Amino acid sequence: MTTPALDSTIRRQPTRRNVELLLLVFAWGIGLLGTLQVGWAIGREPDTGLWVTSGVVGLLALVTHLIVRFRAPYADPIMLPVATLLTILGLVMIYRIDVAAARRAELNGNPLPTPDVYSQLTWFTVAVILFCAVLILLRDHRVLQRYTYTLGLLGLVLLVLPLAPVIGTTVNGATLWIRIGGLSFQPAEMAKILLTIFFAGYLVEKRDSLALVRTKVLGLGLPRLKDLGPLVVAWLVSLGVLIFERDLGTSLLFFGLFVAMLYIATQRRSWLVIGGVLFLGGAVLAYYLFGHVRLRVMVWLDPWTYATDEGYQIVQSLFGLANGGILGAGIGQGFPNLVPFANTDFIVAALGEELGVTGLIALLLLYAILIERGLRTAISVRDPFGQLIAAGLSITLALQVFVIVGGVTRLIPLTGLTTPFLSYGGSSLIANWIIVALLLRISDRARRPAATTIAPDEALTQVVRRV
Amino acid sequence: MSELALTLIRLGFLTLLWAFVLVTVLVLRRDLRMPADAHPVARSGRPARAPRQAKRTKAPKTAKGKGTKLVVIEGPLVGTVIPLADVQITIGRAPDSTLVIDDDYASSRHARIYPAEGTWIVEDLGSTNGTWIDRTRITTPTVLPVGAPLRVGRTTLQVQK
Repeated sequence: MTTPALDSTIRRQPTRRNVELLLLVFAWGIGLLGTLQVGWAIGREPDTGLWVTSGVVGLLALVTHLIVRFRAPYADPIMLPVATLLTILGLVMIYRIDVAAARRAELNGNPLPTPDVYSQLTWFTVAVILFCAVLILLRDHRVLQRYTYTLGLLGLVLLVLPLAPVIGTTVNGATLWIRIGGLSFQPAEMAKILLTIFFAGYLVEKRDSLALVRTKVLGLGLPRLKDLGPLVVAWLVSLGVLIFERDLGTSLLFFGLFVAMLYIATQRRSWLVIGGVLFLGGAVLAYYLFGHVRLRVMVWLDPWTYATDEGYQIVQSLFGLANGGILGAGIGQGFPNLVPFANTDFIVAALGEELGVTGLIALLLLYAILIERGLRTAISVRDPFGQLIAAGLSITLALQVFVIVGGVTRLIPLTGLTTPFLSYGGSSLIANWIIVALLLRISDRARRPAATTIAPDEALTQVVRRV
Repeated sequence: MSELALTLIRLGFLTLLWAFVLVTVLVLRRDLRMPADAHPVARSGRPARAPRQAKRTKAPKTAKGKGTKLVVIEGPLVGTVIPLADVQITIGRAPDSTLVIDDDYASSRHARIYPAEGTWIVEDLGSTNGTWIDRTRITTPTVLPVGAPLRVGRTTLQVQK
């Protein structure tokens, strides 16, 4: 028996999976054109490797689509294609930089460097596998609330893991990697997700006391000292990461994330003020105590003085962006390989050179759309835990994009963070695809018509947390 | 490949990139025009957000028009409308209830309303402060007549045709 009411509920909420498939094909086509363009620009015919790579990427995109179609049918139709397009653009750029490096080695008579694009493709495959695993194994995001503290502890352990004696590795001054066997991994990327889940679970429990109990100081409602505890702990951990792992970006990301989530959970502006004061305090302290932080700020204020040593990277990236101009040099026609680490930290500069400011704005809009969809999910999902996770994960993405793009374009001091989806590097790619999987899972729950969600027996047999 | 062709391809690539962005925005806009949550369920609300919720749930109300519906007529979620279909509705503080009420006087699983032979039955699920129809506290599953005020904590609901 179907009542008219039930019927119309279902009709008004189409799943929109076909739109998603169409957009995925579109994204793949853009990637293919970009790849072919590299070959055309340097006058080389596309080889079989290129077709195989493009095929594999298309296949992976299809797999993600099918998993979403069957496992999260009501999920947001836009997030997956946008994330796929960003990953594909990253792959195109990494391939392009590989080609440039190979040509340079050829000219100088050096042995050819190993191309990075194949290992990035491997990481993408792993990321898609984990993406599918999350969507298949996690039927309901609320299950995660049961493991709030376990996940929080795990996140903290991952965060400090690079400091462990044998497996921790220091690269370019930052102790951010662990190396097991031949594989290196950046555990902070996973810690980011785990800590977001922990913050969400913690704030759902504590938000009433954090929001309601206040003392008025100077016209601003301040929380009790007791309630400030977790904020102070987050601050100390961020400072610890900064001091011992020498990583400015990660410490900024974690502190910003926690303050933003506190604000969202409690809707009290005083948290932003307190967070801002603590951040400024920490920043000033770091500036006076640590040489590497001071150096970053100096290079930011006046890169030309350091153009040949510490500021070389940023100055080259600025030259690249200037060379790109409004319409860009065209894929395969710029010189992005002149910037050190062009395919990791500075991939935005490489894309900015070859696609110009027009392309860069499109790129930033793609991020904005992805983040908007995440925040939209946070607004429309019904349970507070899901709201906080969705909002937290979107804010992580937003902060990360802001910090790295701002750094590369010299808006703020440069900090080493990866550009989500674009940068070469497995841990970052995997972590960001898990974020997309979680957001899709939550948005599936948010957009699903109510009639199908409340099976009577499910409602009665669930574990109840709050009594 | 000639200079001209390369320039055209370069501009074509940028056009495609922007076309993708614009198509996404179009999809997004069509999505926004549909009621964001077609499931007409109140979100666990803080009082501050209540006015917006009332506005958001208006769309289903006008769209439904004739069907039987459960309307919140008093309390923080006033104005919320839940269309009654042939599935049960749970009321309580638990986040997965159909109607989530953030209220100190309500229990996690407070009450449920389910259809039976063309009428609606309300059953108290062992709540602390009870479920009331008019002035009587119900102890067994009871038929909920159209228009009778049903009280759960500080929220009052009513079945409307």
